[in-house]
Amino acid sequence: MPRIRFRLNGVATEVDADPDRSLLDILRGQLGMTGPHFGCGANECGACNVIIGDRAVAACDTPLWSAADKDVTTIEGLGSAQNPHPLQRAFIAEQALQCGYCVSGILMSAAALLMRNPAPSGADVKAALDRNLCRCGSHNRMVRAVLRAAAEMAAQ
Amino acid sequence: MTKRAPSSALSLPVSLAANPLLSSWIRFSPEGHVTVSPGKVEIGQGIVTALAQIAADELDVDIGRVQMMRASTAGSPNEGVTSGSLSVQQSGRAIRYACAEIRQIFLAAASDRLGVGIDALDISDGTISGPGNIRTSYWELAGDVQLDRDATPGAAPKISAQRTIAGNSIQRLDIPDKVFAHPRFIHDSTLPGMLHGRVLRSKMAAAKLVDMKEDGARAVAGLIAIIRDGNFAGVVSETEDGAEAALGALRKGAVWSSGETLPDESRLAAWLKAQPSELAVIDKKAAPQAGQKQRTVRRQYTRPYLAHASIAPSCALAQWSGDRVHVWTHSQGVYFLRADLALVLKLPLENITVEHMEGAGCYGHNAADDVALDAVLLAKAAAGRPVRVQWSRQDEMSHAPFGAAMAIEIEADLDERGEIVDWRHSIWSNGHTARPGRAAQPALLAATELANPFPRYIATNPPQASGGGADRNSIPLYEFPSWQIECHRLLTMPIRTSALRTLGAQGNVFAIESFLDEVAAERGEDPVSFRLRHLRDSRAQDVVRAAAKRANWKPDKRAGVGYGLGFARYKNTGAYCAVVAEIEGAEDISVKRLTIAVDVGEAINPDGVINQIEGGAIQATSWVLKERVRFDSQRITSNTWTDYPILRFSEVPEVQVELIQRPDMDPLGAGEAAHGPVTAAIANAVFDALGVRVRDLPITRDSLIAAMELTS
Repeated sequence: MPRIRFRLNGVATEVDADPDRSLLDILRGQLGMTGPHFGCGANECGACNVIIGDRAVAACDTPLWSAADKDVTTIEGLGSAQNPHPLQRAFIAEQALQCGYCVSGILMSAAALLMRNPAPSGADVKAALDRNLCRCGSHNRMVRAVLRAAAEMAAQ
Repeated sequence: MTKRAPSSALSLPVSLAANPLLSSWIRFSPEGHVTVSPGKVEIGQGIVTALAQIAADELDVDIGRVQMMRASTAGSPNEGVTSGSLSVQQSGRAIRYACAEIRQIFLAAASDRLGVGIDALDISDGTISGPGNIRTSYWELAGDVQLDRDATPGAAPKISAQRTIAGNSIQRLDIPDKVFAHPRFIHDSTLPGMLHGRVLRSKMAAAKLVDMKEDGARAVAGLIAIIRDGNFAGVVSETEDGAEAALGALRKGAVWSSGETLPDESRLAAWLKAQPSELAVIDKKAAPQAGQKQRTVRRQYTRPYLAHASIAPSCALAQWSGDRVHVWTHSQGVYFLRADLALVLKLPLENITVEHMEGAGCYGHNAADDVALDAVLLAKAAAGRPVRVQWSRQDEMSHAPFGAAMAIEIEADLDERGEIVDWRHSIWSNGHTARPGRAAQPALLAATELANPFPRYIATNPPQASGGGADRNSIPLYEFPSWQIECHRLLTMPIRTSALRTLGAQGNVFAIESFLDEVAAERGEDPVSFRLRHLRDSRAQDVVRAAAKRANWKPDKRAGVGYGLGFARYKNTGAYCAVVAEIEGAEDISVKRLTIAVDVGEAINPDGVINQIEGGAIQATSWVLKERVRFDSQRITSNTWTDYPILRFSEVPEVQVELIQRPDMDPLGAGEAAHGPVTAAIANAVFDALGVRVRDLPITRDSLIAAMELTS
């Protein structure tokens, strides 16, 4: 089995696996990263979104080989309780979820947006999150949280 | 000394009466923690936080000391199922009364130890102190105070003005874990030695497994077992992708024969009305004297089958040890699931432990219980190792129960002034609940697939006293002189139905409020005044007035923009909710703004209530504009997000919620209050904008065109 190397949340990582397997399988299985969630397996819901380079992609629909030599960031790499990303702080401040299953993917879509566009409008946020599904109806709180994080990052 | 409400409660709250042992609810640890053990479960509604607030407040401890236990049949109070917006009403009241009594028990013990009267003692963050700096605490007394005793009626909880934690928007306890991706969901949990299972199901409804070639699956690395019992088949593997690969191989070698024929989705109302059914008269009201009927208006409304469509496919873990099995599940009712598992496995209840773990939002009875039985059956082949089973997106969208389709007819006699003198409301629908644990037969999917199958459990309706099912919210809150409400429950069930958020209330409120809007419009009467004139309950009037005021009812007419009103009191006994919808569009409707007023009595966590109302409003908008389970004669075809679209970020309306605070009234659940009123408000706004009454949900380009053709 070929070895695939990439940087996962800043750490050099090497995986022995079939390069056609989905990145989500590898992350959740071999690498034990359960932050990205399985929702549909077909790039239709965004629950498994991770950032490769500066783009949010559905890990379920990303073959392992396409991550080779790239920077892969999962929700685990975004921030922690000790050192939270402004988005994580903002989602807590806005209480921007109900069940929270979709949130790890939504945070990654939002983080990718803020990398490209540090001062998004509400419409920009909605457009960036449009491929992420939320069934609980927390959308408006999430949009507010992303704007709040952007404002906080701009003030720093 | 804390002021107490008069101890008028001569009987215990319902959940406490059913589970009177105080120690089953509350325990204290010498390390300074209070353990609260509710029978209700977290499904994303924030109940764990609201219950912790109630306990902390009543006991006078910091909420940081409260540890919330997950429900388990190993020891939690049996509170049935977490549904019907009853968690605060039932679990909250039980915990409040249990804590009030426990507080008194500890005060008595402290009084003995410290040698001063109870009246001289006060409690602050669990420390009980009296004059002259004497003190003890819950933690110090915990070893001596016996809570293995039954609750007694008469405990007097704090009056509202004395509460300091309940009534405040404290941040939810579970949100940090979810934002930092600490494993909390059942989907993210692993057990030592855990294997992975998958179940083979046909796309066809109730198909028979005629042949299954196993060679392909046997060749997949990591395979532990292939299981087959009648039409139930599955695989167990060392790894998740191994299980997927083996399942794929099994699917290739499987031959199915078609099951039963599904109805024609384009003629659903006619089909519902033609099925054998059981008729129930839900309510009847006779007028003291018959009004002068001048004409009769008759309208039919329909709602399609709706999918729960959780973002997470259902998942469960099971592990056998001899003839005992432990199950981890995101079911809404651990005891009910255990009862059904016992029926299928023919085991005594005590051999089965069912423990709750959080899943994604379920919005009612989805496949959570089904996958638990799947895991139990597959784990039989795992030689004592735990097995994790997860459904596919396709199975979740086609084999889980759906919210039942409904046909509703309203017929009203009007007098010469267009006033309603008699009202008749008839419903045709499958039952709205087929939850496990309620009957002598199981309601779990795999039970119908075994070689020795159980019959399919045909969905029923809870009685009106419990809020009703298909008939939920069918009895008008409006003062009409006379009415008759009846419900035809189907006795066939080719498409599996069970509880979806609000049961029949969404359909009935849509029908009633649409009809009233039409009657008001024909009279040339403003829909707000029309409703106020027919409502007697002042809390109902207050939410209608508040929503109208906040929405500046009624804004000036603009081309392509419409405003509509909807109102209901959920279950006629729960939360009051009024909604003004603002919509825009001609062929494709977009909902711009929902202005909502809600009264849940005492709001334990106001922001939590608002979050629930916003979420319910957005979900209802999704139901109204987009959702409809699709099928052909053999199978459910809407089994992906492409074929079953839900509302996206770019389509979500602005939602404003005004909470009418009534801290002295009993708290009411908020999770289902908005769906019916939002549905009706959108439909009425469509009429306001376009002059077209859409009576068949969802309101799509197609249904608009159909309604326009009917009008012209």
